[in-house]
Amino acid sequence: MNDMTPIAKVQTTLKDWETDQEVRWCPGCGDYAILKAVQRTLPELGADPSKTVFVSGIGCSSRFPYYVESYGFHTIHGRAPAFATGIKLANPELDVWLVTGDGDGMSIGGNHTMHVLRRNLNCQIMLFNNEIYGLTKGQYSPTSRQGTNSPTTPLGSVDRPASPCAFALGAGARFIARGFDVSKELPSVLKAAYAHRGAAFIEIFQNCIVYNKDRFEEFAAPKGAEDRQLWLKAGEPMLFGKGTKGIALDVEALTLKVVDVADGDWQAAGVIVHDVTNRSIAHMLVEMPFGPFPMALGVLYDDPRPTFEDAVLGQDAKSREGKVADLGKLLAKGQTWTVDDHEGHPA
Amino acid sequence: MATQLADPKVQSTNAPESVVVRFAGDSGDGMQLTGGQFTLSTALSGNDLATFPDFPAEIRAPQGTLFGVSAFQINFGSTEIDTAGDAPDVLVAMNPAALKTNVQALKPGGLIIADTGEFSKRNLEKAKYDVSPLEDGSLARWQLLAFDISALTLESVKPFGLGNKEALRCKNMWTLGLALWMFDRDRAPLIDWLKGKFAKNPVLADANIAALNAGHAYGETAELGGQIKKVHLDPVASPPGLYRTVTGADAVALGLVAGAQLADLPMFFGGYPITPASSILHSLVRLKEFGVTTFQAEDEIAAICASIGASYAGQLGVTSSSGPGIALKGEAMGLAVMTELPLVIVNSQRGGPSTGLPTKTEQSDLYQAVYGRNGDAPIPVVAARSPSDAFDCAIEACRIAVQYMTPVILLTDGYIANAAEPWKVPDPATFTPFPVSFLQEKNAGDTLLPYKRDEKGARPWIKAGTPGLMHRIGGIEKAVDTGHLDYSSENHQAQTDARKAKIDGIAKSIPAQEVTLGTAGGKLAVVGWGSTYGPIHQAVRRARAKGQDASHIHVRHIWPLPENLGELLKGYDRVLVPEMNTGQFKTVLRDQYLVDAKPLTKTSGQPFTIAEIEAAIEGALS
Repeated sequence: MNDMTPIAKVQTTLKDWETDQEVRWCPGCGDYAILKAVQRTLPELGADPSKTVFVSGIGCSSRFPYYVESYGFHTIHGRAPAFATGIKLANPELDVWLVTGDGDGMSIGGNHTMHVLRRNLNCQIMLFNNEIYGLTKGQYSPTSRQGTNSPTTPLGSVDRPASPCAFALGAGARFIARGFDVSKELPSVLKAAYAHRGAAFIEIFQNCIVYNKDRFEEFAAPKGAEDRQLWLKAGEPMLFGKGTKGIALDVEALTLKVVDVADGDWQAAGVIVHDVTNRSIAHMLVEMPFGPFPMALGVLYDDPRPTFEDAVLGQDAKSREGKVADLGKLLAKGQTWTVDDHEGHPA
Repeated sequence: MATQLADPKVQSTNAPESVVVRFAGDSGDGMQLTGGQFTLSTALSGNDLATFPDFPAEIRAPQGTLFGVSAFQINFGSTEIDTAGDAPDVLVAMNPAALKTNVQALKPGGLIIADTGEFSKRNLEKAKYDVSPLEDGSLARWQLLAFDISALTLESVKPFGLGNKEALRCKNMWTLGLALWMFDRDRAPLIDWLKGKFAKNPVLADANIAALNAGHAYGETAELGGQIKKVHLDPVASPPGLYRTVTGADAVALGLVAGAQLADLPMFFGGYPITPASSILHSLVRLKEFGVTTFQAEDEIAAICASIGASYAGQLGVTSSSGPGIALKGEAMGLAVMTELPLVIVNSQRGGPSTGLPTKTEQSDLYQAVYGRNGDAPIPVVAARSPSDAFDCAIEACRIAVQYMTPVILLTDGYIANAAEPWKVPDPATFTPFPVSFLQEKNAGDTLLPYKRDEKGARPWIKAGTPGLMHRIGGIEKAVDTGHLDYSSENHQAQTDARKAKIDGIAKSIPAQEVTLGTAGGKLAVVGWGSTYGPIHQAVRRARAKGQDASHIHVRHIWPLPENLGELLKGYDRVLVPEMNTGQFKTVLRDQYLVDAKPLTKTSGQPFTIAEIEAAIEGALS
């Protein structure tokens, strides 16, 4: 988001953020839910459609900008962060949202994802992770689990998957959050990302109904969700299972562990209070394996630092101080000499 | 060459019209710096000049080796100079390797100045000499002046208490001092420059000045056996005005700044380090007060993508690279074509393919510029012919980009980027502005049509952030007018045709092709583009002086070509196209006009000599 010059909040409704274009995702695709969550959230943020830009790469998720009534730029595969950087440096007043996927953002565009996070460009990065290449018909992706059967891996994939949140943290991200397409909590995650000044990285698990159906059901299914989802809230204990279980620090092994909480006495069980600025805990949370642990969701890490565009434009402004842009003087800079006219008069 | 011969004066008697000097030494010897300073003193004395820096790709190649030799050639004179000269009159060789790699180029009877202090057994071995060439008579074709510059330098800087290594670093200044004496040059600007350069270390400044003075005094007083004489070249007769020297890289940077001002836009420059293009970014980072934002991206692709993003947000996006980097930018160029956003792409060409010859010059990216993208993706191409011409070409590239809403490629090359020449400083008041107007409200009643074209075929420029003009763009085919996604066959046909017509139409906005030297029609047209200007021009001049019917046509607008070029070429019996590639522009001309253009090609990493083209003219006319 932008708060360099606070933007007047604009009154809009969900309808104002819908375009007249027919949405072309497969029926039942998780992208629909994410689109609605975003369109529902933008009015609550007071966002101005004229000052909002959605920038995307290539893939199913990257069609997103066509369906949001704001400025939108559907660019080339993997490069959305670079376009966003140019847009934001040219006009820092724009609210820039990046839409990418696991193939676009972690494979072909991994380089740019790293650098936009490292530089801390002030923008929201939504990475739709469906663990598959959907638009090209189902090849395995860099986040596909080992053994994934796909047209290019008929015997199962052998390479280990990348973890987007761990990657983001390693690249220097100052805001990391997780959600999933049909989650009711997704708007609150988006709001937290918008409130963060700097690159806000959000991994959104998204169900690819055609090529990787129900891949996230084990934690996303409503039934038993309380045991399989850990919703992290700043300043609150890391509890799940309706408060019967929590996450504590195994001081000996320097890892996290699941502990039972008796009678709501989470302090006695040693459950950690979520400090969103604690980078060490963030490292453990992004690596926390689902299975032995619940899936960590919500805001995992949030500790702002100065943004890239503030640094660049601030330095530029400083270097311009007291200087006059005189093109004539610039052209005549350095050691010059004068050729007189034929009568010997100086030119 | 920037200056034009106005009123040739009578030359001083017995003085040559021009002299070619080549400084050659180890890449750590400071030859480029010596050459650069000699260039400046030459310019200040009013001679016309052209230079050719030629250095290895390695920053500090192993000392004394043949591949570590760095050379700087300058051609200067009291007459119009267009090239760095075919063959040197004087070779300054700072070590055996420099002598070995350069002496064959020296004119018969030319002068070799060699530092005997560096002709040790070890250095001779490194240069693969069995015996010292200074002693075995193998240099008999030339005049040889060999003396111990190293020792003389050490002696001259003794009072400053420098270590041996540091003291020897002053050798280049000693040599420069001698050269200044030979050509009757003022030392004062050099002394001022040294004081500035070593402001933080006055001892080094004093030592270098002492070495410079000692070299000069050596020429003045030493018994040189009458081998070298002081030569004075009169100033060239140039139109009156203020002059400076400029390299192509500087001229591009200045031209882009001027172009952005004329378009009334801030400029966004996205770049990634690559030889020989980096110096444009180096120049622009220091010009922030001209509304320039620079961005060193993580790679070539990000550099162009960020620049397109900036154009989308209403700035003039510019990116720059050399061949390998331009290849990486290809896909993004296609997006700029499809989204019809202005963008300037500068390609400082070098030898290819692949990494090729990073520090050597070539013109082999013409196909890449004109044709090198997927799909039918026409992009206008402008090519600079000399360092100072790069200034005008950069402005022209900016103009086309904003007036036609298109990416534009500006071609220079390693030779133009690094070479320096005198430049008559232009007066900005004489430039024609081309201010941009952004679309501020819906352009079809209550409807916004982002792809509604004007009479030139250009769509409106809608700055992201403009109230009420929200719209979506991208790489998928755009519906006519609305810009919505549209894969239909009739729409793709219509938009492909429209994009082509728009770029073809640029030809209406460019000047008719002129004959650079000679006549419209005749026996032979020598058609060039880019940095071959100098040698072609001089070769045609010599041919015409011999009474041969040859004319020089030099093309700036490579794509689209000037509207009259086809007719013009058909007026000649023969067309010869010299270029530093295997015949790329020749192919374009044959394709466009069905003319029987014949190639004259060279891909040695070195510019054409005048003699090479002169011989080809001779051959074509016989």
